[in-house]
Amino acid sequence: MSATAAPSGLTGPALELSEHPAARMLIGRHRLRWWEPTPWILAIAFYFAFPSYLGFGTDLLITILFALSLDLALGYAGILTLGHAAFFGAGAYTVGLLAFNGVWSEPITSLILAAVVAAVVGFASGLVLLRTTGLTLLMLTLCTMLLLEEGANMAHEYTGGFDGLPSLSIPPIFGIFEFNPLYPHTQYIYSLVVLFVGFLLVRALIYSPFGQSLTGIRENMLRMHAVGSPVRWRLVTCYTISAAIAGVAGGLWAQTNAYVNLTTLSLDRAATVFIILILGGYGRLYGAFVGAVAYMVLSHFLARVYPTAWQLGLGLLLVVIALFARNGILGISESLWRRIQTMRRPS
Amino acid sequence: MTAALLETHALSKHFGALAAARQIDFRLDAGARHALIGPNGAGKTTFINLLTGVLRPSEGRILLKGQDVTNVAEANRVKLGIARTFQINRLFRGLSVLENVYIAVSERIGAASTMVAPAGRRPDVIEESMHLLDTLNLQDDAQLRISELPYGRQRLVEIAIALGLKPEVLLLDEPAAGVPSAESHIILNAIDELPKHIGVLIIDHDMDLVFRFAQRITVMVQGAVFAEGTPKEIGANADVRAVYLGQASHG
Ligand SMILES: Nc1ncnc2c1ncn2[C@@H]1O[C@H](COP(=O)(O)OP(=O)(O)O)[C@@H](O)[C@H]1O
Ligand SMILES: [Mg+2]
Repeated sequence: MSATAAPSGLTGPALELSEHPAARMLIGRHRLRWWEPTPWILAIAFYFAFPSYLGFGTDLLITILFALSLDLALGYAGILTLGHAAFFGAGAYTVGLLAFNGVWSEPITSLILAAVVAAVVGFASGLVLLRTTGLTLLMLTLCTMLLLEEGANMAHEYTGGFDGLPSLSIPPIFGIFEFNPLYPHTQYIYSLVVLFVGFLLVRALIYSPFGQSLTGIRENMLRMHAVGSPVRWRLVTCYTISAAIAGVAGGLWAQTNAYVNLTTLSLDRAATVFIILILGGYGRLYGAFVGAVAYMVLSHFLARVYPTAWQLGLGLLLVVIALFARNGILGISESLWRRIQTMRRPS
Repeated sequence: MTAALLETHALSKHFGALAAARQIDFRLDAGARHALIGPNGAGKTTFINLLTGVLRPSEGRILLKGQDVTNVAEANRVKLGIARTFQINRLFRGLSVLENVYIAVSERIGAASTMVAPAGRRPDVIEESMHLLDTLNLQDDAQLRISELPYGRQRLVEIAIALGLKPEVLLLDEPAAGVPSAESHIILNAIDELPKHIGVLIIDHDMDLVFRFAQRITVMVQGAVFAEGTPKEIGANADVRAVYLGQASHG
């Protein structure tokens, strides 16, 4: 496994690609690694181990999906957005309005509709906003979300305004598995399956040539223009897909909670998912998982111990992360792991 | 007269009151080896930025193979066959050397919009990228991140990316700047081995390189073409000597 590259000077197609560590890494990087089933095993174990925490678990799974959608845009393509709840809310209100008005409530097709609506919002806003970058983009995404929130507030005849749309009746999945608010077993498994599908999609995307070009845009947008990349279309495409996934997360939230309200569209939600991704480590696929678990477990227990000041603890943690571990929990783990590896290696 | 590969007519660029390019008429033929020299601040990089579409000209026209590309966006000019390197590295710093070249090659052959199959399943792109790295003696660094690479070797990646685009017009903005002299021969060899049919414009301060490489030389001063001719003519031009060649070699 040592780095014995093909002897330099060897030219032409005779080059043995799989012999070279860099090529081997690129060829094999999308393959499943041994530890990748872990989150799913843990999620299933959680179902059996903590039946009384399944409401919390469902919320966690939805948050992971939402954070994953943000990672695609922010972590991989470098789209600096603080307004991702716009799409979460678009999905949630799609499900909510359709169900509340008795138009449509079948869970799975409703989620697809949520994805479509959020994608349309993502595409339309992305087309305009993604001409900008950096702080301007950050502000504009934030403003777009606040506009949507205000719009939902003002249209209270339809959206219920601040109070939202209560008591949505969601029919059983496949007509069999009922949503029971007291025993959210169905909600948990359903969310887990949807998360898994979303995860597979994001995972495929980031390892594709398209995903590689997104990382190129993140690393150096100016150079991407100079290699002939249609940068804006790539960004809009990525943003639209990311919005669709966020919309599915929002739709799930509405279905599993059986209501929608303005918190789905709020800055609070957008900021939280942003923090979760930074905490876990962005641009790392699993940062969404680690960050969401760390954030939700911490805030859950901090809120119990210090009901009034728990946000202070989270704030401090974030400061520490921002100061000492730009790449989040996963970043720290990676550099620790690398250090152990180099220590083990005989010098 | 046949259409030039690349030509400009009265190309000008103003930055406020500063005329960084003034009325530049320029012609690059297929297979040409052309050097652009001039003191710092003469407007050489600005001229390349105009040719590639990074900057829009204030006046004038740019023709590629007779087709007006003055208003064609930068990325689309790349598709039409214009590639460049940057005077100051513009690389994907967090990615590996191989990934840097992969991105360029996959854009060129249209693989980069693929969403369903993994990047690793494009042996054609990987093979071509590795082969390119091999010709630039970068193969042993292929798995390193750009940020782990010495500056001189990063310059080679700049060239590898441009070559990965298989251009018909190659614009090299001080390709050897910052490269240790022990390694500059790799860059010179790479330039020597470029496909004969492509037109190459090189900016450099190294007069040995310029006079060895170029069949034609354009001298720019204060945004305008000051002189143009064969290396012999330029070398013998007393005015050029006065403004440029007479100075210390790094003007
Ligand atoms: N984007 C810009 N905005 C304002 N001035 C610029 C810009 N780019 C270059 N200049 C100015 O134009 C002049 C020519 O610069 P440049 O083309 O980089 O010269 P060279 O490459 O020959 O050293 C310089 O005076 C420089 O300061
Ligand atoms: Mg310059």
